[in-house]
Amino acid sequence: MFSVLRDLIRYNAEFAIGLVLVGLVILFSLLSFVSPVDPTAVSRVAPDMAPSLDYIFGTNSRGQDMFWQLAFAFRNTLTFGLTVAFFSRIIAIAVGLLAGYLGGWIDRSLMFVTDIFVAIPIFPILILFYFVLKTNANGLSLALLMACFGWPYDARLIRSVALGLRYREFSRQALFAGMSPVKIMFEEHLPYVMPIIFSTALANMIWSIGLEVTLAVLGFTNLNIPTVGTTLYWANNHSALVVGTWWWIAVPVAIVVILFVGLFLLAVSLNEYIDPRSRLRRMGA
Amino acid sequence: MTDILTVEDLKAYYLMNYFGVNREVRAVDGISMSIARNEIYGIAGESSSGKTSLIKVLAAATRPPLKIVGGSALYHFKSGDIDIAKASERELEAIRWRNLSYIMQGSMSVLNPLRKVGRIFEDFAARPLGLSGGAFRQRVVEHLERLKLSPQLLNAYPHELSGGMRQRVTIGLATVCNPEFIIADEPTTALDVVVQKDVLSLVKRLQTEFGSSIVFVTHDMAVHASIADRVGIIYAGRLVEEAPTRTLFAAPKHPYTAHLVASLPRIGDTGQRPALEGRPPSLANPPAGCRFHPRCPLALDKCKTEVPPLELVAPGQRSACWRWADVRPIVPAPAKVAEAVR
Amino acid sequence: MSTLLEVRNVSKSFPIGGVLSGREARAVADASFSVGEAGPEIFTIIGESGSGKTTLARMILGLERPTSGDIVFEGRPVTHANRSERLAFMAKVQPVFQNPFEAFNPLKQVDRYLASTARQFLKLSDKAAIEAAMDEALQKVGLSLVEIRGRYPHELSGGQLQRVAIARALIPNPALLIADEPVSMVDASLRMAIVNLLRELRDRMGVCVIYITHDLATAYYISDRLMIMQRGRIVEMGPARAILDAPEHPYSRLLKASVLSPETMGDDSLALQADLIAASEAALAAPDSGLTPGSDGRLLRRA
Repeated sequence: MFSVLRDLIRYNAEFAIGLVLVGLVILFSLLSFVSPVDPTAVSRVAPDMAPSLDYIFGTNSRGQDMFWQLAFAFRNTLTFGLTVAFFSRIIAIAVGLLAGYLGGWIDRSLMFVTDIFVAIPIFPILILFYFVLKTNANGLSLALLMACFGWPYDARLIRSVALGLRYREFSRQALFAGMSPVKIMFEEHLPYVMPIIFSTALANMIWSIGLEVTLAVLGFTNLNIPTVGTTLYWANNHSALVVGTWWWIAVPVAIVVILFVGLFLLAVSLNEYIDPRSRLRRMGA
Repeated sequence: MTDILTVEDLKAYYLMNYFGVNREVRAVDGISMSIARNEIYGIAGESSSGKTSLIKVLAAATRPPLKIVGGSALYHFKSGDIDIAKASERELEAIRWRNLSYIMQGSMSVLNPLRKVGRIFEDFAARPLGLSGGAFRQRVVEHLERLKLSPQLLNAYPHELSGGMRQRVTIGLATVCNPEFIIADEPTTALDVVVQKDVLSLVKRLQTEFGSSIVFVTHDMAVHASIADRVGIIYAGRLVEEAPTRTLFAAPKHPYTAHLVASLPRIGDTGQRPALEGRPPSLANPPAGCRFHPRCPLALDKCKTEVPPLELVAPGQRSACWRWADVRPIVPAPAKVAEAVR
Repeated sequence: MSTLLEVRNVSKSFPIGGVLSGREARAVADASFSVGEAGPEIFTIIGESGSGKTTLARMILGLERPTSGDIVFEGRPVTHANRSERLAFMAKVQPVFQNPFEAFNPLKQVDRYLASTARQFLKLSDKAAIEAAMDEALQKVGLSLVEIRGRYPHELSGGQLQRVAIARALIPNPALLIADEPVSMVDASLRMAIVNLLRELRDRMGVCVIYITHDLATAYYISDRLMIMQRGRIVEMGPARAILDAPEHPYSRLLKASVLSPETMGDDSLALQADLIAASEAALAAPDSGLTPGSDGRLLRRA
C-alpha cells in the first residue's frame, strides 16, 4: 500500500501536486478539532480587521476570526462532499453492475428509473426540501438527498462497462467454475469499473460542493452551520466587497480553488494508475 | 544486384520505463538476412518470438517503445537505396505504399466502417499514385481486375463484405501502387480453409504478375509449404534456420525446425506426434547462450554459454546450432518432398 | 450404456434487422446426433465460420436456448429452472474455450478459478483439501500447483493456459467436455501437447469429448466419429477416418481439397478446385432432403 503511494509520489508529478494541495486543505480543516473558538458564536473579536499576524485570515463583519471559521467551514464542506460521493457511488455501482450483467427486464426497469432521475431537475427539489424542513435541514440529510441524485450518469457509465464484460470469455468460465452472478459482478467485473468509480467520485465531490455553495449563497440552507457556502452567504449579506472586507470572500474562494484543482489532479493521476490497461503494463503483460 | 533487402545485425528493443520499472525486451536481437528480388520469403515463428517486431522494423512501422538500437536494414529499390534504421521520416514517407507495402495482422478489421471501399482506396492511394478523379479510378479498377476481384467491390461498405473479401480488399489496397516489396503479417490466420487457399493464390499472383518480393509471416508451417520459396525460422528474437522450403521440410538442420515440421498432423496419419517441452522464453530475460537450449533434446553444455552463429551448412541453408550435423527429421518427410531435395 | 447426450432436431434462428422486420438468420438447422452411445469417445464437429458449430456448442452448454428441438443430457433436458439444477449439470458438462488469454481475467490470478470450481462442485471448504484437488487436476494435464500458484494469465504461455483451463474443467470429474477450437490460438509447438491430452482424457479418464474445430488434420488424429456442418446443416456424419479418407459430400470434398500440407508442395498446390466449389454451392441451394445412410456406416445429405 505504502509502496504504491511512494511510487505514485515519485513518478507522477500530478499525483504529488494534487496530494499536496488536497493535503493542505485537509490539514487546515483538521485544525478545527483543536479550535479554541466556538464556530457559531459571533462578535467575539474586533470586526473587519485585515489579515495580519494576529489574525491570519482576518476577521469578518460578524466579529469572527476567519481562520477558525474557515477551518470549520472546510471540515463541514469536505465531510459533506465525501458523504455524497460515498453514498452515490454505492447506488451507481449497484444499479450499473446489476443492469449491465443481468440484462433483460432488470436492465430495462433500472434504466427506466435512471432516466427518470436524469430528467428530474434537482435544484427546485433541493429548494423545496429546504422550505419543508427549514432549520431542521442539516448537512447530513442534505447530503443523503444529493446522493440520491448524483448517481444516474455514472450508473450508465458503469453499466456500459458491465455490458462489455458480460460477453467476455472469462465471465463464461467463471460461471462454469461455479461462481454466482453476484460473485462474478463484484469480484471479476468490479476491478474494471474502479477507474470510473474513482474519477467520478472526485468529480461528484466537486459537483456536490458546488451545489451546496450555490444553495447556501442563495440562503437555502441552515445558515448557522459554518460551511463554505454559508460563509459566502454572510459575506454577501454584509456586502463584503462594497465595505472593503475583501478577504472574507477571497480567502474561502482561493482555498476552494486549491481544493478543486487538487481533487482534479488526484482524480486524473489515480485514474491513470488504476486503469486495467496501465495496470497490466506495469505487471509486465 | 539481385537482392532487394539486406539486413545486417539488426537489433530492435522495447525500452520501457514505467513507474520506476525499467524493462528492456530484446525483440529483435542481431538478425542478418537478405531477400532476393521476386521471391516469396516466409518467416515462421511463434507468438512472442519477435517476428512481429522484426517486420514492424522492416516495414518502417516502428513506434515507441519499440526502438531500433543497432544494425541496418538496407532496401535496394529501383529509385535508390534506403536504410530503414537510419532514414528520416520524410524519406520513409516517400517509400511507404509506393515501394514498400505492409499488410497488417487483422487487416480485415482496419478498414474504416464508415467509408465505402472506393473512398478508402482514395484515402490511401491517391497521393502516392499522384492521380485523382477519373484517372485514379481507372487505375484502381484495372488493378482489381488483374487481381481477379470485381470492381463492384468499390461501391460496398466493409461490413457488407465477408472476412475473406475484406482481406482481399486489403491486399488490393496494399498493392495498388505496385510496390516492389510487400510484407504480409498473418494475412490468412483468421480465415476459413477454403478462403485461405484463395487468398494465398492471390498473394502468389502478386509475385508472378507484378514481380514483387513478398515477406510472408505466419506460424502455420503448412502455409509456408504451399507458398514460400525460402523460409526463415525465428526463435526468441534470433534467426535460427533459413533454407529453401523443400529442404527445410526434408532435411531441417536445427532441432526447433525439426519439431515444428514434425508437429504438423496430416490427414491419413495417426502416428503419435511429439510435443515440445517447456515454453518460448521471455524476451525480457532470455536464456544465455543458445536461446533454445532449455527445450532442446540435443543440448550440450556448450549451448548454455556460447551463442551458435548462423552459418551456411548446406547450399542455400543456414543454421544456428552447434550440432546441426546431428539433426534428423523426427517424422520422415513426404516422399514427394524428399525426392525433390535429393 | 445409455447415450450421454442426445440432440434432437435442434434449430436456432436469430432475428436480424429491427424488431418489426421479421427476418431471421438461421444458425443451426435441424441438427440431430448423439454422443457417448458406445462408451467414451471423441466426437468432432467440423465447420467453417458461419457453420453454426459454436452456436450448437452454446446450446449444449445451456448458454442459449434452441428455437426448436431439444437437447437431452443423461435423460434430462439441458435448460434448467434453478441454480442447484444448473450446478448439477455443470458438474457433469464443462467447456474449454478457444482463446486461452481471454478465458482468464487478466487482472486476476488463474488459480482462483480452480479453487472456485473445487469449492462449488466438490463441496470442499477446507483449504488443504481444495488445494489437493487443484493439484490433482493440474497433474493430470502435466502441470502442478507449485508452478501455477499466484500466476497471472500473462505470465503463462497459451499452451499452459489452455492446459490450466482443461484442468479446471476436469476438477468436477465431468462426463462430457466441450472443447471449442481449443488449439487454434495456441502456438504450433505447444499444440500437440493439448491434442494428445484430449486423447488421454478419453483413453485414461473415460471422458467424452466434443471437439469443435476447422482443422481437418487434428480431427483425423484424434476423433472417433465426426460431423461436418455447412451453414447450419449437417452434411456428413459418421466414423472419422472413413469420412476423412474418402469424403462423399461435395462440401466435405472441398474442405479436404483445401487443406494445405507439405505433401501438396508444388506449383499447383494453390490451384482452386472450381468444380468442387460449384458442387458445394449447388448442394447448399438444393432442397433439404435429410440425412440418408452412406458407405462405411456414415450419414450423408444427398443433393
